[in-house]
Amino acid sequence: MEKLAMGNYGIYVWSCFGMTLAVILFSEWRARLRHKRVYRDIEVRIKALEERQ
Amino acid sequence: MWKFFHQLASPPHFYRLAAIFSPWFLVPAIALIAYGVYAGLFLAPMDYQQGDAFRIIYVHVPSAYLSMMAYMILAISGGIGLIWRMKLAHAVAAAAAPLGAAFTFLALVTGSIWGRPMWGTWWEWGDPRLTSELILLFLYFGYMALRGAIDDTAKADKASAVLALVGIVNVVIVHFSVEWWSSLHQGRTLMKEGGPAMDPGMLYPLLAMILGFTFLFGSLLLRRVRTEVLFRERRTRWVREMIMSPEGR
Amino acid sequence: MNEATAIQPGMLSGLWATARRDLLLAWKRPGDVLNPLFFFAMVCTLFPLAVGPSAAQLEFSGPGVLWVAALLATLLSLNSLFLTDFEDGSLDQLLVSSQPLPVLALGKTLAHWLTSGLPLVLVSPLLAITYRMPWSVVPVMMLTLLLGTISLSLLGSIGAALTVGLHRGTALLSLLILPLAMPVLLLGANTVSLAAGNDVYTTGIWALGAYAIASLSLAPYATAAALRISNE
Repeated sequence: MEKLAMGNYGIYVWSCFGMTLAVILFSEWRARLRHKRVYRDIEVRIKALEERQ
Repeated sequence: MWKFFHQLASPPHFYRLAAIFSPWFLVPAIALIAYGVYAGLFLAPMDYQQGDAFRIIYVHVPSAYLSMMAYMILAISGGIGLIWRMKLAHAVAAAAAPLGAAFTFLALVTGSIWGRPMWGTWWEWGDPRLTSELILLFLYFGYMALRGAIDDTAKADKASAVLALVGIVNVVIVHFSVEWWSSLHQGRTLMKEGGPAMDPGMLYPLLAMILGFTFLFGSLLLRRVRTEVLFRERRTRWVREMIMSPEGR
Repeated sequence: MNEATAIQPGMLSGLWATARRDLLLAWKRPGDVLNPLFFFAMVCTLFPLAVGPSAAQLEFSGPGVLWVAALLATLLSLNSLFLTDFEDGSLDQLLVSSQPLPVLALGKTLAHWLTSGLPLVLVSPLLAITYRMPWSVVPVMMLTLLLGTISLSLLGSIGAALTVGLHRGTALLSLLILPLAMPVLLLGANTVSLAAGNDVYTTGIWALGAYAIASLSLAPYATAAALRISNE
């Protein structure tokens, strides 16, 4: 517990590490989301083109 | 060997190879960061001046370093795309921008949080590195705003490449001028990096974090460039064939 | 003498021709020159209104306020650097001209500075008085503004070329130029403050001069490249 408190500085240190993790995870999540969306949109459009033929 | 690089520049090859290379970036990244976080938080000795608060360095410095490296990558790949007309280079620049901005934001936030126990304020204009980092964030925003304002992709690529190249020169100038300004108004140096000689117990985790973040950036960038390539090439035949075939993605 | 040996116009004539045209246009529309000047004066008025007219405060913040106001006024005037030409097709003429585009861009920038930066420099002493700037400091301030506005016009032309004809180009132009302008602002305002405090201020002057020279040599190329890209 004392390790976590870090002599009153704990909240600063942990919030920094937490923020870093959060931003990295968020960025990765958004990137994957975009990839899926782009892929799906292309797939839909190709299927539509195929059907028209 | 050159054949490899030539292949790399071709979008379908890059798309395939990037997926294969991704683990080579991600695995070292996780390993280095895991060690860096553990050693930095628990093993490194306490700083006698700042106490445990100095441990923020283990996320602040890598973020700041990445924010600048990302801008370099942005400008250099923009320049390559402009001069050698490589489509892939422009895709790299477009993908690097939001990532770089994210790390700049992180550097600013962690720097600000670090400042609170150290200086007693949430923001210190007098610290040259914080102020320069803020200006870097504005440069990123300008870059992304310009890209967003131009509809035609090729035009947006070239215009933002020019902007990034001008910005690179500016980054250097801003760094030196803000330092001068800070020295005029502020006696002491503020953003401590551990002082002149850092205890090896403090230094190794920091180096690990910097290296780990670099690998992480590479892996994050690869994914985004893949998506960017897919989007830009969405009307080409190779994309159509890849998606129709069973093992797409 | 056949066409091949006819004397070709030199580079300077292209520069001068472009500059002269813009100067004539500005002469016909004095508002274009006066508006930024009024803006400059008004911004200088805003600060005392906002933070109070205490003499000490005014004298202390004078250099900074004057410089910020000059920067904002320059930004305002940069907007129209290429806009009217873009709208009426003259820009296309510049692009296909046989004169090198960087030279023509420099000509336009020169005219811009003569109609915005230079007037600012000349008007600044009047406003400096209202900020109780000592007479010994005013020449320093004018020198920093002179060098600074040259750099700002040149840097600004790059931004103006990148954003010409874009939807909401004004706001974007400011966003692009301000980070470039920050070192100039920093150097200019702080050099004047140093002079006001009787400190050594020559470093700033040299730096501003170097910045102006560097901008003069490099900005026209970037502006030309940006013009081509924006108009292809």
